[in-house]
Amino acid sequence: MRRNRHAYFFLFPFLAVFATFWLWPIVNAFYISFFATRTQPWVFRPEANWGRLLVDPAFANALQNTLILMVIQVPLMIALATLLAVMLNSPLLRARGLMRFAFFAPVVVSEVAYAAVFRLMFNTDFGVINKLLGSIGLPELDWFSSPTAAMAVIIMAVTWRWVGYNAIIILAGLQSIPQDVYEAARLDGVSKRQQFIHITVPLLRPVIVFCTVLSIIGSLQLFVEPFLITNRGGPGGATETLGLFIYRQGFGVFNFGYASAVAFTLALLAATLSVLNIWAARERTA
Amino acid sequence: MNKHARERRDAIVLHLVIVPLAIVWLFPIWFMVVFATMPENAIFSPDILLVPSTEFLNNFRELEEDAGFLRTIFNSVLVAVIYTALSVLLTSMAGWALARYRFAGRGAVAALVLGTMTLPYFVVVIPQFIMVARDFNLINTWFALIVPPLFNSLGVLFMRQAFLMLPSELFDAARVEGVSEWKIFRYVAMPMAAPTIAALSIVLFLFSWNNYLWPLLIATRPDMMTAPVALGSLIGVTRVSWGSIMVGSVLLTVPMLILFIALQRYFISGITSGAVK
Repeated sequence: MRRNRHAYFFLFPFLAVFATFWLWPIVNAFYISFFATRTQPWVFRPEANWGRLLVDPAFANALQNTLILMVIQVPLMIALATLLAVMLNSPLLRARGLMRFAFFAPVVVSEVAYAAVFRLMFNTDFGVINKLLGSIGLPELDWFSSPTAAMAVIIMAVTWRWVGYNAIIILAGLQSIPQDVYEAARLDGVSKRQQFIHITVPLLRPVIVFCTVLSIIGSLQLFVEPFLITNRGGPGGATETLGLFIYRQGFGVFNFGYASAVAFTLALLAATLSVLNIWAARERTA
Repeated sequence: MNKHARERRDAIVLHLVIVPLAIVWLFPIWFMVVFATMPENAIFSPDILLVPSTEFLNNFRELEEDAGFLRTIFNSVLVAVIYTALSVLLTSMAGWALARYRFAGRGAVAALVLGTMTLPYFVVVIPQFIMVARDFNLINTWFALIVPPLFNSLGVLFMRQAFLMLPSELFDAARVEGVSEWKIFRYVAMPMAAPTIAALSIVLFLFSWNNYLWPLLIATRPDMMTAPVALGSLIGVTRVSWGSIMVGSVLLTVPMLILFIALQRYFISGITSGAVK
């Protein structure tokens, strides 16, 4: 009994913040998603937001852009992160500390600072990327005027920032594989490549699934990159993401009901994709 | 081919792949530093500029005039320090409760904490904004900048794990001696969990220092802005020079990089916490 009371004392401050600033807002967001909030006073009209989702071309565009970014960026980054982790784990590697620093440093760089640098580097007229392309005889690109190129900039930027984070997690996974498994395989004459495919990859699967799920959730919420690098989702909405769309609806035109409906759609999408991913990974091992 | 020669070849291949990649990855940070030192007309130079120049202070002066940047750095430090201290206290206490006591509703609390961990932030931020800015009219206040983002479920799990690793006999002995539960937590358990607290503090500080969306919504007055918000407001404004924006980027980034180099072990264990058990 006494113990009980103490537990609540220790939990109270955290739960108070949680209930006030998270739980209540989440419930409230769901509630207001059923209200037409474009005019005062708000009127209960579920179809105003949930119905609009089905027919709004701007929402469809943001959803499509977000899914395209996710489908290209996440596998690219996870593959590169796995490769990096294997290389960083190699006993042959020199200057290990410097290498770790090089790939992990972007994680601590401020989002706004990195957005500024990428915007400057990819500037069409004087950006260093176009100068580099020119110097090796390739055509310069109008990065922020072409929809495809602008999407590519965002994919490169996000990959630059997060690949090291994933590589470090996968590296920790690699290092937790007991060495005697490889020892036994070597004695049985299994080649290095075969060891990688039949020992390393299966044992890394849970870690890779974890990284994939985190990356999917992250990529669904991209906001700073289209907001600052491609200047509010430009050109002409070609890089508008769900995160940016919610920001505009919520804090640009203060249509809180619609913004909430979109946010819950995003949450549902994130949950569905995460579960699917975990399920798919299970299926193959069984 | 003997083993030695093969290893040599593998090592060469490895470095042929990883060294160029590392250079590409370090390049944007180096470029940021270089550009922060460039005079305004350097942007029109056809050359690829890779060596720092001498105009850092001039660019800084310009940044200071445009955005009152030092003030916003001060705001960022203040918010991050208070946020980190409060968040460590809250998550440690909650982690301690989950690790050490059996109580009614324990499963429910754990489920809530876990359940909200993967929830997209956008679900929360809209009503949070309505409540804080509209209902309570707390826009441009320290309270609004610091308190609503305090909830952090990863921190609770992290601290719970750390407390579970400590020998419970020690706490039982202290209890028998009549030491109060608060004192056991504060003077026995917290010091023993110091490495975890250090790692958690770094993650929380970094989160607060880099946080952008919430302060963007809450700090609309220039003297209440945090540094990322002030810097973000300059990006894309044509009269603001890239040199001064890069100075702002350097001031946001380099302190964290130095901290990272100095405390790499804590950084990595903090940031990858919960990933690998």
